[in-house]
Amino acid sequence: MESQTVEQFETEVKRYGVDVVHASREDVTETIAERIKPPAVGVSLAGDGIDPPEGVTTEPTPTELDEAVTGVTRASLGIASYGSIALRTDDQGSEPISLFTEHHIAVLEEADIVADMPESFDWLGDELRSTRDSVVLATGPSATADMGALVQGAHGPKTVDIILVS
Amino acid sequence: MSSETRTSKAEHIRRIMETEGDAVGENTRGFNEGRYESVAKLEDYESLKDEARAIKEDAIERLPELIDQLTDTIEENGGTVYIAEDEADANQYIEQVCTDQDADRVIKSKSMTSEEIEVNGHLQSAGMEVVETDLGEWVLQVADEAPSHIVAPAIHKSRAEIATLFNEYFEPEERLETAEELTMFAREKLLEKIKGADVGMTGANFLTADSGTMALVTSEGNARKTVTVPDTHIAVAGVEKVVPSVEDLQPFIELIGRSGTGQDITSYISLFTPPVDSPTVDFDDPDTPITAGENDREFHLVLIDNGRMAMREDDELRETLYCIRCSACSNTCANFQSVGGHAFGGETYSGGIATGWEAGVHGLDTAAEFNDLCTGCSRCVEACPVEIDIPWINTVVRDRVNSENDVKVDWLVDGLTPDTETDGPGIQKRLFGNFETLAKVGSAFAPLSNWVANSAPSAMVLERVAGVDRRRDFPAFRRQTLRKWFADHTSPTPRGDYDVVLYPDPYTNHMLVERGKAAVKLLEALGANVVIPEVSGSGRAPLSQGMIDTARSKAESVTSELRPYVEDGYDIVVVEPSDLAMFTGDYEHLLPDEAFEPLAANSYEVVEYAYGMVSNGADIEALNRADGDETIAYHSHCQQRTMGLETYTTTLLEKRGFDVTTSDAECCGMAGSFGYKEQYYDLSIDVGENLEAQLREMDADYVVASGTSCTDQIEDLLESDALHPVELLAPPE
Repeated sequence: MESQTVEQFETEVKRYGVDVVHASREDVTETIAERIKPPAVGVSLAGDGIDPPEGVTTEPTPTELDEAVTGVTRASLGIASYGSIALRTDDQGSEPISLFTEHHIAVLEEADIVADMPESFDWLGDELRSTRDSVVLATGPSATADMGALVQGAHGPKTVDIILVS
Repeated sequence: MSSETRTSKAEHIRRIMETEGDAVGENTRGFNEGRYESVAKLEDYESLKDEARAIKEDAIERLPELIDQLTDTIEENGGTVYIAEDEADANQYIEQVCTDQDADRVIKSKSMTSEEIEVNGHLQSAGMEVVETDLGEWVLQVADEAPSHIVAPAIHKSRAEIATLFNEYFEPEERLETAEELTMFAREKLLEKIKGADVGMTGANFLTADSGTMALVTSEGNARKTVTVPDTHIAVAGVEKVVPSVEDLQPFIELIGRSGTGQDITSYISLFTPPVDSPTVDFDDPDTPITAGENDREFHLVLIDNGRMAMREDDELRETLYCIRCSACSNTCANFQSVGGHAFGGETYSGGIATGWEAGVHGLDTAAEFNDLCTGCSRCVEACPVEIDIPWINTVVRDRVNSENDVKVDWLVDGLTPDTETDGPGIQKRLFGNFETLAKVGSAFAPLSNWVANSAPSAMVLERVAGVDRRRDFPAFRRQTLRKWFADHTSPTPRGDYDVVLYPDPYTNHMLVERGKAAVKLLEALGANVVIPEVSGSGRAPLSQGMIDTARSKAESVTSELRPYVEDGYDIVVVEPSDLAMFTGDYEHLLPDEAFEPLAANSYEVVEYAYGMVSNGADIEALNRADGDETIAYHSHCQQRTMGLETYTTTLLEKRGFDVTTSDAECCGMAGSFGYKEQYYDLSIDVGENLEAQLREMDADYVVASGTSCTDQIEDLLESDALHPVELLAPPE
């Protein structure tokens, strides 16, 4: 991954008030833990070789989901020119976990950042046709201006952290 | 339209401007400025628009095939597709799905198509609770009002009004005041509704035939909750939303937020391939992990025809189906900025493109209610991400509305209206549509005709009979027309490199003769050989009244009169931008290509032409130069800006030492005859006040504008003279 693309991704993401935190594979569990505001729910990141941070409830009940402040999920892709991340829905509940909580922590591999929208759709096209999965391109926190001024946290998260794993 | 109808229409518009105008104006202008800033960041904006346009053209062309493919794909994915012929059919199906689920509560995310079929009322009368979860829609549900904007439905309500509404309706313990407080209150209230929902209903911005994916463009996250929480998902979408593949979404995703609310991208672009693989969140079973049970979601796509397949067969309305409902045409429209969708809208849709939608899905009657509010200024054309010729759709619908009205021909107007309309556009439209004849008579009898037209009794008769607002002065006709003056004038330059036909439009020829003389002097000073033959009116006036047959016969006259000159190597130079827009744009709709193309290729705006001559080596020093640091407040003409010609004027004026400041008002509000019409006078002035404020703020030595309407309006508002740029550039005597 070209460092220029990563830099651009960070610049764009920050425009939406999203924090980007760099982590190596070794310290990623600890980095996530530091950003958590308890109680937290999340998905297992074992598939990515990441140990679960303490205090994160996986496979939550509706009550745990409702009471959680932080949700930890992974992002499949970053789009540098927009500062967007691709959140894939799955049977672990990534979608409600990233949506119901006030604070969303998304874990993204630096190598999964693409330059622009055409490049991301090259990936999405093949992926959606073959898997028939669903993906949300999320850019910044949930927002609305319907009440007369821009407010973050309309129905979804008020704040978002992206943990960038190198 | 009768005198009484005009008065009540004027009253309706006035009331809306008073109650909603400020909030609508502030919000739409904000979106519009955001659009300019956001699209400027795209290097390939124009090619993205071309791409988006091509995808829609292809998809609508192949629509039946794509609908079949989409149906197969969704069934393969485990969902159901129902194609509803009309509103009743759709509502019946949706009700059945809900009844099968024993649904008590349906939650919805924002969908204009669901507004079109009025599904909320239908389900409510079947005993179900329907909750809008988009905050703007929810405000309207609480207030029991209709959307005033297709993207931001509560745009007509200020924060203070929403606070009052919530405080009175919900009586919260602590009074709500800030946007943050209102939003968090709504979030909590709606979360409770979402938790107990049985069915979630969404729209769909796009549907991909290859994967069965629906794109939802949102910012709040309510659509995600609507899809994720309940186990039954109904999506309601017009058949035109289908595109071939996932990759086809890319240009739209890049354009839709920028074009609409001026956001580079909205917070969430959901690409759901339902039934989604996410576990449902059953709050009735709060202590069982959401991942525990089987995922047995139901998904129903209700594709709505409701007139769309007929629109597809209609050569003039087909383009409407390319619309992605971004709202750019609303936000950029000067009239919409003043009144919003409660005046500039029909049963469901609002803004410029709404004429096409309403005519197609609800019928001509509802389109007729607001279609006149499109003045044809064309500012929406460059704003539209799928390049729809929205003014043309408005013109076509106006023509069809005219055809439905059987108006008795009035003796007074008939002599002045030798049009070729076979049906009745009404007296007011015919009077303005036949302005050319009016101008000829006016000049022949000037100055008597001016005294008569502007005398108090005439003004009253004109207002009562034809709806010409008495507060407007009729333009003064000149006895010595530009052509008469030119007949006695000797051209200093023989034929050579720049042979020019200066097009004598009726305004320049009969009224604004000084600017015509200045145009001649300017072109001759730079070395052009100028002729001014007799040429018909361009047809702009009848076209703006929806009199397409008359406009076409004008177009035919103009092209046959100018053809010998074009073939002989003359360039056609035009003073009035709206006439140039006819020659280079509208004529394409009216004439065969072989008549349209040569004229379009050889026509220029007057300052654009002068700029070209200077760039090719003509002596710029022959032109007038600013005396010291003279300043200009400049308002370009709306159509001139759409054609991209503003820059020639500002650059040339600056090269001659003037300090030019330009307005960013989209239109002056006069827009041809619009501001003369009794029922629209107040709106025209309201639109003009935005420009007036900017021009006053500039406090320049000269106020300059490039169109007749603009200078008329500016003179009425500022009560001082406004010049055409050529009057400052032409060499002094």
